Amino acid sequence: MSPSLFTAEGLSGLLFLGFIAITLAGALIATHSARLIRSVAGLALCFLGVAGLYYYLGSPFVALMQLLIYVGAVCVTIIFAVMLAENAGSARAIRRKASVAIFSVLACGVLACALVELAVKTCWTPVTAVAGAGAPGSVEDIGKSLLTTYSMSFELISVVLLVAIIGSLVLARSGRTKS
Amino acid sequence: MNVLQLSNDLNTYLVMGALLFAIGVYGMVRRRTFIGMLISAELVLSGASVNFMAFNRFQASGPVVGQVFTLFIMAIAAAEAAIALSIIIAVYRNYRSIDADDVADLKG
Repeated sequence: MSPSLFTAEGLSGLLFLGFIAITLAGALIATHSARLIRSVAGLALCFLGVAGLYYYLGSPFVALMQLLIYVGAVCVTIIFAVMLAENAGSARAIRRKASVAIFSVLACGVLACALVELAVKTCWTPVTAVAGAGAPGSVEDIGKSLLTTYSMSFELISVVLLVAIIGSLVLARSGRTKS
Repeated sequence: MNVLQLSNDLNTYLVMGALLFAIGVYGMVRRRTFIGMLISAELVLSGASVNFMAFNRFQASGPVVGQVFTLFIMAIAAAEAAIALSIIIAVYRNYRSIDADDVADLKG
C-alpha cells in the first residue's frame, strides 16, 4: 500500500523529503562556501532541516528548542564572531594542495559508507517491547523526567552554562584595554 | 518501500545522522579557519543528536530518554560555542588572523 502523492500521507512524505534535502544542502553549503558568513547561513539552513526531522520523529518540543537554541542563539553568536574577526578581504580560495583535498574527500566518503552500512545492515531490535513504543513522550513527560530522574544532570548543566558564560566573558575581555 | 514513507523508517534517520557526521568531519579537515572548524563541529553534534532522537522514537524502553539527551547535547553545544568563540576573539586580537596555520608559534 503506497500512498498516492495527493493524499495527506503523500504530501507529508514529500515534505519529509524536502527536509532531508534542506539538511544535506545546508551541510554542504556550510562546508564548501568560501565566505564564512555564507557557511554560517548554510549551518542555519541545515539546523532548520534537522528541526523538521525532529518534528517527524514525534517531538515538536525538541524541534522548537533546536530552532530557538541553534538557529536563534548559536548561529547568531557565530555571525557576531565572524563580523568581529573576519578580515574584509579574506575571501581567498581554500588553498590546500589537491592531493590533500582528494584524500579528505576519499577518507570522509569511506567513513560515510562505513557508517551507513553499519546502520543499515545491523538488525536493530527494541530493548523491550514496550506498549507505548512509537508514541514518544510528551512535553509533560520530558519535564517530569528532567526534574526527577535527570535532576542531577539538569543542575550540573546549569552550572556548566554559568561557568561557560563567565569564562567566555573573561577570555574575550582579557587584553582589551591594551589595544 | 515507497519513497514517500521514508519518515517511518529507522534507517532513514540513521543514514541522515551518518551523512551529517561525515560531512562535519570532512569540513573539519578541509576548513582552514577556526570558525569554519567550529561550524563543522556543530554539524557533527547534530548528527549525533539525530541518532539519539531516532533511537528514542523507534527503539527506546523509556520514551523520553533520547529527547532529554538531545536537550543536554544542545546545552553543551551552546556552552562549547560560547567558549570557542571567545577563544577565537582572543586569538584574533593577538594574531590579527583566524587562520589555523597562522597560529604556529609553538611549531618547531
